[in-house]
Amino acid sequence: MAEPVSVAAEYLAGSRARAARTVLGQVVLPGEELLLPEQEDAEGPGGAGERPLSLNAGARSRVRVVCGPGLRRCGDRLLVTKCGRLRHKEPGSGYGGGVYWVDSQQKRYVPVKGDHVIGIVTAKSGDIFKVDVGGSEPASLSYLSFEGATKRNRPNVQVGDLIYGQFVVANKDMEPEMVCIDSCGRANGMGVIGQDGLLFKVTLGLIRKLLAPDCEIIQEVGKLYPLEIVFGMNGRIWVKAKTIQQTLILANILEACEHMTSDQRKQIFSRLAES
Amino acid sequence: MEEEMHTDAKIRAEIGTGCSPRGPGCSLRHFACEQNLLSRPDGSASFLQGVAEKSRERLIRNTCEAVILGTLHPRTSITVVLQVVSDAGSLLACCLNAACMALVDAGVPMRALFCGVTCALDSDGTLVLDPTSKQEKEARAVLTFALDSVERKLLMSSTKGLYSDSELQQCLAAAQAASQHVFRFYRESLQRRYSKS
Repeated sequence: MAEPVSVAAEYLAGSRARAARTVLGQVVLPGEELLLPEQEDAEGPGGAGERPLSLNAGARSRVRVVCGPGLRRCGDRLLVTKCGRLRHKEPGSGYGGGVYWVDSQQKRYVPVKGDHVIGIVTAKSGDIFKVDVGGSEPASLSYLSFEGATKRNRPNVQVGDLIYGQFVVANKDMEPEMVCIDSCGRANGMGVIGQDGLLFKVTLGLIRKLLAPDCEIIQEVGKLYPLEIVFGMNGRIWVKAKTIQQTLILANILEACEHMTSDQRKQIFSRLAES
Repeated sequence: MEEEMHTDAKIRAEIGTGCSPRGPGCSLRHFACEQNLLSRPDGSASFLQGVAEKSRERLIRNTCEAVILGTLHPRTSITVVLQVVSDAGSLLACCLNAACMALVDAGVPMRALFCGVTCALDSDGTLVLDPTSKQEKEARAVLTFALDSVERKLLMSSTKGLYSDSELQQCLAAAQAASQHVFRFYRESLQRRYSKS
């Protein structure tokens, strides 16, 4: 068991900051400090990495690294603030150091600009709807933010309706605002979600897993029954099938997906397909 | 004709210079008073001074506040609810550990982890870490420390009884060494949790 011994030695020495590259994919805890690639080369004994030769000897070429969820900049290092697995994504255009983030399992949603979420209308006051999105404050939605809405042609939204929209303003200092149109003025699937169906809550990690491009779960579920499904990044899923029983089966499968391995899932799907 | 007067007067008196939860200065503990409880006598009252639960809450709250990055969540309250299932000694340390794990599980952004360690000093000066309830009752002094995970710094200390300065330092050093084991346990249990996904 090499892991506990090396961990103990590290803690005895006082927590030394580790290089971010060496910790990728491992579980990191709040309070750990991570070194960025170009710093690690400068501090290491040999500097085995490639470094462009600069005429200005004092200045180090800074690689631009984006600090994602769960990480904060602390001086010129990254401080881990949430527990989870450290992930890294290479930059698409080849310039810059990419994105580092912590993949944590969390149930509580914090509004982020650009996220598509499912909200429940809780109040209608004048021109603004108050929508509960699962954060600490209800989001505001203007009646003009629907496709084809004008002052004379108001959208048909009642208290208790489900809304699929995206955030245009979402930061810690202001009340979040959402809209149901994109930048061109088209609905693009957003707006009031239809009648019937079932809304249920799952963890945020499961939503991200289901929305990943190579997720087989949704394809398998689609082969089982015809269904309509909407995923909100705030942990809410709305699902509708032909009968209530099928809807409940789908809801239970999706909730259980988090804890099942792919073999168990395939077993359950094949059993359901037979019956 | 008896009038039922249940006056539940909660008075908090603070004496000293600029008494804030973090600043120095002496303050009286929380009071609670209830009158006319008993019907037979002409008068009766019950007076509680320094209810133990309230001070434990304050200690846990101050430790959490020192570690949580509150600036990321303005105008928001974070509530921690602790329920005692069984008390086998070192209750405050157990509450601190539970609070830390719950905050990590909830995904609240923190600048470090923290843990609680209790030491008991008995009459001949021997140090016992993580005492049972019996050892706590018979001890000369019981000291509880909250330590953070980055540099083993002291976040909170709560002590009861008689002890000398050197004994305090000894207990603190022993608590710092013991906290290593607690943090290692945190790491292992969190790794086990993430390995399932």
